[in-house]
Amino acid sequence: MAKERRSVESLSDLWRAGAEQAHREVEDDGVEQQRSKQAGRDDEMTIRFVLFVNKQGQTRLAQYYEHLSLDERRALEGEIVRKCLARTDQQCSFVEHRNYKVVYRRYASLFFLVGVDNDENELAILEFIHLFVETMDRHFGNVCELDIMFHLEKVHFMLEEMVMNGCIVETSKQNILAPIQLMEKTS
Amino acid sequence: MDLAINPFSSGTRLRDMIRAIRACKTAAEERAVVRRECAAIRAAISEGDQDYRHRNMAKLMFIHMLGYPTHFGQMECLKLIAAAGFPEKRIGYLGLMLLLDERQEVLMLVTNSLKQDLNHSNQFIVGLALCALGNICSAEMARDLALEVERLLQNRDPNTKKKAALCSIRIVRKVPDLAENFMSAAASLLKEKHHGVLISAVQLCMELCKASHEALEYLRKNCLEGLVRILRDVSNSSYAPEYDIGGITDPFLHIRVLKLMRILGQGDADCSEYINDILAQVSTKTESNKNAGNAILYECVETIMGIEATSGLRVLAINILGRFLSNRDNNIRYVALNMLMKAIAVDTQAVQRHRATILECVKDADVSIRKRALELVYLLVNDTNVKPLTKELVDYLEVSDQEFKEDLTANICSIVEKFSLDKLWYLDQMFRVLSLAGNYVKDDVWHALIVLMSNASELQGYSVRSLYKALQASGEQESLVRVAVWCIGEYGEMLVNNLSMLDMEEPITVTESDAVDAVEAVLQRYSADVTTRAMCLVSLLKLSSRFPPTSERIKDIVAQNKGNTVLELQQRSIEFSSIIQRHQSIKSSLLERMPVLDEANYLVKRAASIQAAVSSVNSAPAATSGGPLKLPNGVAKPPAAPLADLLDLSSDDAPVTTSAPTTAPNDFLQDLLGIGLTDSSPIGGAPSTSTDILMDLLSIGSSPVQNGTPTSNFSLPAIETKPVPVTPQVVDLLDGLSSSTSLLDENAAYPTITAFQSATLRITFSFKKQPGKPQETTINASFTNLATTTFTDFVFQAAVPKFIQLRLDPASSSTLPASGNGSVTQSLSVTNNQHGQKPLAMRIRMSYKVNGEDRLEQGQISNFPAGL
Repeated sequence: MAKERRSVESLSDLWRAGAEQAHREVEDDGVEQQRSKQAGRDDEMTIRFVLFVNKQGQTRLAQYYEHLSLDERRALEGEIVRKCLARTDQQCSFVEHRNYKVVYRRYASLFFLVGVDNDENELAILEFIHLFVETMDRHFGNVCELDIMFHLEKVHFMLEEMVMNGCIVETSKQNILAPIQLMEKTS
Repeated sequence: MDLAINPFSSGTRLRDMIRAIRACKTAAEERAVVRRECAAIRAAISEGDQDYRHRNMAKLMFIHMLGYPTHFGQMECLKLIAAAGFPEKRIGYLGLMLLLDERQEVLMLVTNSLKQDLNHSNQFIVGLALCALGNICSAEMARDLALEVERLLQNRDPNTKKKAALCSIRIVRKVPDLAENFMSAAASLLKEKHHGVLISAVQLCMELCKASHEALEYLRKNCLEGLVRILRDVSNSSYAPEYDIGGITDPFLHIRVLKLMRILGQGDADCSEYINDILAQVSTKTESNKNAGNAILYECVETIMGIEATSGLRVLAINILGRFLSNRDNNIRYVALNMLMKAIAVDTQAVQRHRATILECVKDADVSIRKRALELVYLLVNDTNVKPLTKELVDYLEVSDQEFKEDLTANICSIVEKFSLDKLWYLDQMFRVLSLAGNYVKDDVWHALIVLMSNASELQGYSVRSLYKALQASGEQESLVRVAVWCIGEYGEMLVNNLSMLDMEEPITVTESDAVDAVEAVLQRYSADVTTRAMCLVSLLKLSSRFPPTSERIKDIVAQNKGNTVLELQQRSIEFSSIIQRHQSIKSSLLERMPVLDEANYLVKRAASIQAAVSSVNSAPAATSGGPLKLPNGVAKPPAAPLADLLDLSSDDAPVTTSAPTTAPNDFLQDLLGIGLTDSSPIGGAPSTSTDILMDLLSIGSSPVQNGTPTSNFSLPAIETKPVPVTPQVVDLLDGLSSSTSLLDENAAYPTITAFQSATLRITFSFKKQPGKPQETTINASFTNLATTTFTDFVFQAAVPKFIQLRLDPASSSTLPASGNGSVTQSLSVTNNQHGQKPLAMRIRMSYKVNGEDRLEQGQISNFPAGL
């Protein structure tokens, strides 16, 4: 117990040191950002976020690839969900929101929304959503909302194998699921 | 269910927590459950609980997803990452990526663990670390760990390679200087077979191209061949179950390769030629009956449009778009419209061919498609098609739904303004837009319309009659109402007498009282806002002079507003009543038609995006109301300006209300001008600051003083009696506005200011500048003794901020005679090194002796005219 406390203390010391260092880094980053702005590559990210939302508008999975504060995220989810859920099946699957696009697809009661840059290939993102759903299907066997809720971390692991830093990294279901299946075998 | 209701045990299973949350009926219940869970997790963390770490982390992730704060779990993530086992690390890294981000200080602590894990012998652990680094790495971490990642790019395991490649993207994005280190590794990764490695490597190449020109050149030389091979292999490959999507092998890889080709081929003829064949092959062979195939075709078209493609290839691409556009699937149509926007820069004619289809899309039921189509139409408009296109759009404005009207109106207005070759056509379109969607028309648009009408004397009759008819039909459109009311006031007699009829016009019968009725109806309408009502009052006043028989009635209508709670309206009402009742002699000249408004001038101002309120001072009298300006003498008009103009402009001056009811017309005029010069107290401060405001807003340096131009029309007693330093101010103001086309302040004359005033001492500054040296100013200071005793040993000192240099010349005397009998002058030279950025500022101190007794006064001068 005492040992634990000491380690916490030392961590808090470290924290303070880290904070100072981070402060310096923030300045550093400021320079960095300025520079990237000069080069005209301010916010480049193919996929900005992946969201699962049910028909009632409740978030079932949220993965952001850019930093948003809690309030910003909540506001964004609210706005997007309102926009997308109001659309009919006949309308196209793309919604322009702020300075990016949301590509969405509906599977039964779940909406899968992916926020992408304006010059991203929307049709390909539709295929990406479908691939994700098929991958979950293969793992859970006819995936439903509850599977995603109760196995949130597994879904995150899958997404992690598919998308890194907003870029698609793997498109083979077998390769995506391999590490997860390996884990389940060993545990 | 029992388990779910046992919230006090920190051992609730994840499953049970989720059930408990799902069972919540209200948000408050949910918050309560989450609060209990968070408390339990906190307790577990502080006790250093080992057994449930994993579970607690999973719970935190769920809570985080619901949108509750989870920062207290951050340190726990670090501990999990530092643990030895893979399961702990995995959940720890996941938590790190979800709960933290690069902005948080905690990140600094994780660098060391990351470094260890990147060097781990287990490839899965390396993979985890790479993934985390790729998602959250900061510039600092990128520099620290770039070497490790570079090394991992050479790893034997393809899964490690692909993750290292994506991690490199993040590193290069954070620290573009490192781009060159990754060039050759990226190019060699393109020789791999594993699709994951290929897709990551292609994306890394794209990032490198953006980060460094050198890398772009290198990749153009070294990887084009590989890319063509990848694309050929993947598009020719037989059925590959693992990567098959809708009968096509790995469309994602297709698309990324095409994208990289676009970057490499852009502006480079050799590269473009090299990839010509493969692009032609992909765009002809790809099946277009499935979404995946269309996605590839879409990307392929974009690449063809982006590179220096041959004309044959471009025709191919445009044809694909044509097919897309006629597709029934809305998604396909949407991307086709999107693509046509880019194609228009390459081949306008080809896009024009689809004009009819695009116009149909503007009327689509789907707002996403409508928006795209509208933007496209805007780009398609040219001199030859502007008339039919505008007609289509305006026709659609009638039936479009409310939320789309704003976009549509803005677009139509800017099209009409951009191509207004024919004034009659412009007027017709604007009148239609105003009647259909006047509530969505922006102020500067209708201001421009008024300026144009004022210049088109042959169309004024037509305009006022059209607007009168429109007003009868759609009186609820605010902008329409304003324009119509203004026109009726100005050109009322043309309305009643059917003057300057156009050939195609049918005469209408409007009596004088009909015209007054129309304006009165607007004034009484409950929804009219202050600006509209104020415009109505001006309009009525003018009508009272145009139509003398209605004068009595107008007097009554105007008088109704004498008690209005809105000061602006009350004031106008009182002033106007007084004009109608007591000043018959000057009324007709006072209420003459507005002079022709200076169109070029207006456009310049509008282009300079000067606040609409100011730019419309001349054109729309009421627009000054409520503005931040208090222009005591904003009468600014060229010498010929009739009184009517003055009247409109001065009406927002407060003192008038109290001092208006005098009998002499001269006094009245003076009040209208509102200069208030008879009152000596504000002379120093108020007028000069308003000068500043004016000059600031209009950004006009006035031309050399032309004495007495505007004021000479009326002999105002006030001007004669006013103190010396004020005259130039008034003249300046007037000139400043009348010569607003000369925008340079080279030779500007600056008003004299009262720099300092106390009970005993007044200091005035006048300014002079040498031509060609905007930074230098010569200030002539003049000191006046207001006290009854003489000052001796008078010394004036001044201090300035660092960016200003100051030189004081000797004063003309050190003795100040009493009671203002003569003054001492002294000249100062100042050089403002930040001219144009910072205004002059100065602190001053005056020491002198009164009857042998030392006195000291000091002050700060911050009311220097702008532009010094």
